[in-house]
Amino acid sequence: MGRYVARRLLLTIPVLIGASFLIFAMVYALPGDPIRALAGDRPVSPAVVAVLRERFHLDDPLWLQYWEYLKNLVSGDLGTDFRGRPVLDTIERTLPVTVKLTIVAVVFEAVIGLVAGVLAGIRRNSYFDNLVLVSTTVVVSIPILVLAFVAQLLFGLKLGWFPIAGTREGLYSYVLPGLVLASGSLAYVARLTRTSIAENMRADYVRTARAKGLPPSRVIVRHTLRNSLIPVVTFIGADVGTLLGGAIVTETVFNLPGIGREVFDSVQAQEGAVVVGIVTLMVFFFIFFNLVVDVLYAVLDPRIRYD
Amino acid sequence: MTDQQQADLRHDEVAAGTTTGLASPSVDATDDRQNSLWSDAWGSLRRNVLFWIGAFLTVLLVAMALVPGVFARGVDPRACDLANSKALPSADHWFGYDVQGCDYLANVVHGARNSLIIGVFAVVVVLVLGVVVGAVAGYFGGVTDGVLSRIADIFYALPLILGALVLLRVGPATDLPIISSRGPGAVALALALFGWMTAMRLVRSQVIAVKSSDYVAAARAMGASNSRILVRHILPNAVAPVLVYTTITIGVLIAAEATLTYLGVGLQRPAISWGLQIEAGQDLIRTAPHLVLFPSIVLTLTVMAFIMMGDALRDALDPRQRA
Repeated sequence: MGRYVARRLLLTIPVLIGASFLIFAMVYALPGDPIRALAGDRPVSPAVVAVLRERFHLDDPLWLQYWEYLKNLVSGDLGTDFRGRPVLDTIERTLPVTVKLTIVAVVFEAVIGLVAGVLAGIRRNSYFDNLVLVSTTVVVSIPILVLAFVAQLLFGLKLGWFPIAGTREGLYSYVLPGLVLASGSLAYVARLTRTSIAENMRADYVRTARAKGLPPSRVIVRHTLRNSLIPVVTFIGADVGTLLGGAIVTETVFNLPGIGREVFDSVQAQEGAVVVGIVTLMVFFFIFFNLVVDVLYAVLDPRIRYD
Repeated sequence: MTDQQQADLRHDEVAAGTTTGLASPSVDATDDRQNSLWSDAWGSLRRNVLFWIGAFLTVLLVAMALVPGVFARGVDPRACDLANSKALPSADHWFGYDVQGCDYLANVVHGARNSLIIGVFAVVVVLVLGVVVGAVAGYFGGVTDGVLSRIADIFYALPLILGALVLLRVGPATDLPIISSRGPGAVALALALFGWMTAMRLVRSQVIAVKSSDYVAAARAMGASNSRILVRHILPNAVAPVLVYTTITIGVLIAAEATLTYLGVGLQRPAISWGLQIEAGQDLIRTAPHLVLFPSIVLTLTVMAFIMMGDALRDALDPRQRA
């Protein structure tokens, strides 16, 4: 196991570097002259421009710029934005918002998705099962953008149950955006659980458990659920990595100052250093949680062993 | 072996100047033939209500894209009168009016064309990239596979919307052929560039699963070239899962296009697009909620149409999932 984890960790390095270089290369081509943007309307002397270009390595070839960036990254320096604020500070300010949003979303996803999936799975083709099937199809079809506005309109404006935007009401402000963000994954978890349970209900060991006279509740909780939940748990784990990086729309519509909205604003404002820094962080989360899940798989399911 | 593969095998045998009998079916397959995967699938598809709902919505959407005038009830989407600004839906104007006083039904209907063009164009590029890269990686394996799979991993780690967002923001200032245009082509290409990886993995795994089978060995023994084996003997096996994936992905890409346009990097005015309509309507959500609601509903129905058909296709094509 240790060797497997070490090998996987090594394999993630080229992916991490490749993804951050990809975004770096795109951002490097961002339109406009950053020095001009920095100066605004004030005239800048050519000497100052030269010094600034030198300091930000703007005249070096792309790969050399990236190399400088990597060297700084390893020592924990993500650079500064054009106003001189360290990118690391921006991340420290915005990341907690996104983390809270992700936690709320994952809780919804796990609780609602699992309950719906289990109930549908143990009674296949029942009324409830069909309800889950149809409603998950509808939910995955609604783009997050649309869902966010409908939720705002319905629960925020018409019913007044939740704040429409911002984070003023603490964790309660995260409930509505969290639910919106979780919707797609929630439907997927419900379906995955349903299929997995339905499959295991026909398994030999479940028949054995029933045959030896165990009460149905015990058969379901101790025997069926335990095995059925392995793919579900791993999906939720990997989804944490996706949610941490995929909240641009939700955070923008609900006006939550997290890394998703920050990266969107930075793309618009051509703040290259912030974009590259945050995206690199998102990619790291994505890769990290996928690795965790692969290891978790082996821990949960003794049939799988990586060495 | 499908009929097509059998015919191909026969062709390869002729080319190699040998006849093994492998290619000639032992039973006369003309009158009493077994049901093929496709006729089985069609049988189960025909009985699926969700499939028909999806198909109906898709036909409606395509018709809307082809002849928008009919669905707009003959109203020109750009004939506007400010006196009607934000007027609510009425019997004569089912979707009401937008801020500029333009008939909203006509505008929403005219939005279908751009969405469909981008969805289909993007999915075609996704398929070409996915099938070519996936087939090469799966068939040749080794270092080729390692490099191509790592490249796919790199793209996979970047969220679709984020990658496309950055590319489209940068695009107009570059001199890249289509990307710099700010039109539907740029949006489609950006989406495809950050969305081809799943198709690639799908094709790759299918190719790996099939390439060691006997009929591939037979074709190779008869001297068929790598490209011929890939195209005629291995890839046909990947058609079913790729078809399911493609159908669902058109819907996902249409939703992504609306999102990018909403975020300001997709289609630009004066283009007519659901994303632009939602973006314009969001500030008026208190006074004129219909401006956000109608394009949202139509967008959702569009995405739903493709997802429903894809789901039905998956159930029909994968007999293992049938209970």
